[in-house]
Amino acid sequence: MKFTLHIWRQENARAKGRFETYHVDNISAECSFLEMLDILNEQLVNDRIAHPVCFDNDCREGICGMCGLYINGRPHGNDDGTTTCQLHMRHFNDGDEIWIEPWRAKPFPVIRDLVVDRTAFDKIIQAGGYISTTTGGVPDANTIPIAKHTADQSMDAAACIGCGACVAACKNASAMLFVGAKVSHLNLLPQGRVEALDRVRNMVIKMDELGFGSCTNTYACEAECPKQIKRQNISRLNRQWIGQMFGRDRKK
Amino acid sequence: MNLDSKIPEGPLSEKWTNYKASQKLVNPANKRKIDIIVVGTGLAGASAAASLGALGFNVDIFCIQDSPRRAHSIAAQGGINAAKNYQNDGDSVERLFRDTIKGGDYRAREANVYRLAEVSGNIIDQCVAQGVPFARDYGGLLDNRSFGGAQVSRTFYARGQTGQQLLLGAYGALSREIARGSVRLHERREMMELVVVDGRARGIIVRNLVTGALERYAAHAVVVATGGYGNIYYLSTNAMNSNGSAAWVCHKRGAAFANPCYVQIHPTCIPVHGDYQSKLTLMSESLRNDGRIWVPKKKEDAEAIRAHKLKPTDIAEQDRDYYLERRYPAFGNLVPRDVASRAAKERCDAGYGVGPTGLAVYLDFADAIRRLGRDVVEQKYGNLFQMYQKIVDTDPYQEPMMIYPAVHYTMGGLWVDYELQTTIPGLFAAGEANFSDHGANRLGASALMQGLADGYFVLPYTMQNYLADQIYQGKISPDAPEFEQAEQQVRQRIDSLFNIGRNASETHSVDHFHKSLGKIMWEYVGMARNTESLTTAMQRVKELENQFWNQVYIPGTADEFNPELEKAYRLADYFELARLIITDAQHREESCGGHFRTEHQTDDGETQRDDEHFMYVAAWEYHGHDNPETMTKEELNYQHIKIAKRNYK
Repeated sequence: MKFTLHIWRQENARAKGRFETYHVDNISAECSFLEMLDILNEQLVNDRIAHPVCFDNDCREGICGMCGLYINGRPHGNDDGTTTCQLHMRHFNDGDEIWIEPWRAKPFPVIRDLVVDRTAFDKIIQAGGYISTTTGGVPDANTIPIAKHTADQSMDAAACIGCGACVAACKNASAMLFVGAKVSHLNLLPQGRVEALDRVRNMVIKMDELGFGSCTNTYACEAECPKQIKRQNISRLNRQWIGQMFGRDRKK
Repeated sequence: MNLDSKIPEGPLSEKWTNYKASQKLVNPANKRKIDIIVVGTGLAGASAAASLGALGFNVDIFCIQDSPRRAHSIAAQGGINAAKNYQNDGDSVERLFRDTIKGGDYRAREANVYRLAEVSGNIIDQCVAQGVPFARDYGGLLDNRSFGGAQVSRTFYARGQTGQQLLLGAYGALSREIARGSVRLHERREMMELVVVDGRARGIIVRNLVTGALERYAAHAVVVATGGYGNIYYLSTNAMNSNGSAAWVCHKRGAAFANPCYVQIHPTCIPVHGDYQSKLTLMSESLRNDGRIWVPKKKEDAEAIRAHKLKPTDIAEQDRDYYLERRYPAFGNLVPRDVASRAAKERCDAGYGVGPTGLAVYLDFADAIRRLGRDVVEQKYGNLFQMYQKIVDTDPYQEPMMIYPAVHYTMGGLWVDYELQTTIPGLFAAGEANFSDHGANRLGASALMQGLADGYFVLPYTMQNYLADQIYQGKISPDAPEFEQAEQQVRQRIDSLFNIGRNASETHSVDHFHKSLGKIMWEYVGMARNTESLTTAMQRVKELENQFWNQVYIPGTADEFNPELEKAYRLADYFELARLIITDAQHREESCGGHFRTEHQTDDGETQRDDEHFMYVAAWEYHGHDNPETMTKEELNYQHIKIAKRNYK
């Protein structure tokens, strides 16, 4: 297969970016999208035409959340429930033109080419995306029975890989699905309920402070999430946000 | 080199208790004055940093990715072992200990493994308290599954994403400490050099991967938790950025490197399909709970399948060879990884392999789907089936999966004593980066257990025993001449790598050399090794290394975000490490676990150990790029366990 690639190039955070066009040929349909970019980079290194295209990637099996490209206007490309690294060229037609961009969202500034800075997500987690335990001194695991249904729901939300596709897909660059998923994962569990209301409050305030936009319920995030995290997590977040306005211990 | 394993006195089951009772501690006021560096944010690094930070130490933690949550522990699928005996099926600390020693083919240190089994239950308690959503049964209690090398169900799991959930638990604990200010996070930083002052590890030089700047960090102790070196084979189940360089610079600064030839080849991975391929994907060992492995009994059937004339579903039941069940009736499809991998290779080499290349066997779920129903199978393994379908484009509910062995884990690593301290005082190694617990073969679901045991329950104790003497030291200064010198060395090495391609007439990319190295290692130092193959490998690696230092081309500069430079820097170390792996494999004239020398096998093709001559840990010492390494033995004294032939029949 052959492709014409229009790729966003930007030397660093301060530089002005632009699209550059490249051609690749003899690409197998079994090849993954990132392997196709590897082939392009090998060409660029060998021919010394341009600096290889920088893109984040690591596990290449869809779990680390490191990769994330905006491909033909969709985060992680045109296959549903898939990360960029698990997207294969068989989902494209021979001769296709492909537009490749980085995540575009104010809280995710570009570092170089297709690589963006997602440390804002870590900062949201640091604001409360955990259960406060120290090592040791915890009860035996089976002293906290959890209904299978609840554990499953929690696990559904915990499957988030923190790639940022939800933010990239949202016209407001909202992080509500990311925050909603983490809040659901922890607040559904009895262990997480102790700090539930503070967690909601602190994470949402941090999210706003970092410049993520508001949710206007278009659910592009749900449609593009590679792990198919459900929008019900946003509803739960909203409910708990209202709950914390009345339920928190104000004396703290 | 003097190797003191510092195993505490007393009966095996009391060693850890005795150690904790008599070790030195650092009082809370002094903890604030002690700085610790942790490199790596996988299960071992994140759990160590979180625990040390919670104790009150000042911790700096480093990762090469953009977030600590991306470390490759996240990709572990199947589960984590613990001797909880929740299933009432006869499990105990003693049994987990015995299974692990036997699984490692009697090449691991008794005391370390016993401690691992002892703390395994605490790990599960800790993770549940953190909110790890482990699988549960309908009564709300924790569920278990079975893994290779065990006859009990002791593996806890969170669907096919156990590593992810455990790492997110540790990452949560780490994030809490970062918020509290006890831990400072440095992301997109790669450790380039270890700084040793007066014989003690006192800091590291890192490269800021965004700006290219070299930065110095000083501390009273350094923990390296940077994973294994499986990527030396180029195609492996490791992540693209996983590398052996942090451990290797420690080795170059004087830390002994143990058992480098023990490499685990995992039996169930998606087979190789093309030259452009960048990595191999694992299909969890948990699939062997319900999947049955087979190839056709008749060669002509295998040939017809390879030629696309027959489908696997066309082969009648009596014409299928369930070779693991046939050869190992007691453990069946759940034999340990090294045994399953060799058995697959044996069938494929004999001409019974399937798939376009003939290098694949079937992992079949038809029986399980009939017995349990598709829904149950989907609930248990849904995400793995989906992943398989995404990559291979066939439906594993309809047709059996095709699998083949691939490099997965390295049992070898930095030599550590009972305290997880390397031969450099103040330098500790945890998780896959050390060699300590798995002997010559690791059992499935034990890597997560070891990483978290080291980080949550071992280092927070043992490091204090070292740090108690360090409270008089005062702050360590990063302006010491040793830091200056180390930084200069890194700068020079980077410059020399850039200079090669600028002056050479013929050049190649880093990946070109890495792929070539991987092919040599896989072919000659892979699942089967012998004198001849190892000699060839050594010669070819040396030639390739020489070519690399004359022809590699790295675009751009050192002062920018430059992944090609990162890859080149890591590959330069891999060449040295490759030579050490080969040397170690040459010297170990026996077969054990993942190290299979074809000269040393039984009549039925099983590993043949030589306990009389090789019951030791081989710890290697570095003497410069062009000089051979020297080996010191740490004899393994089994006082508790009875040595036996490793039999899974």
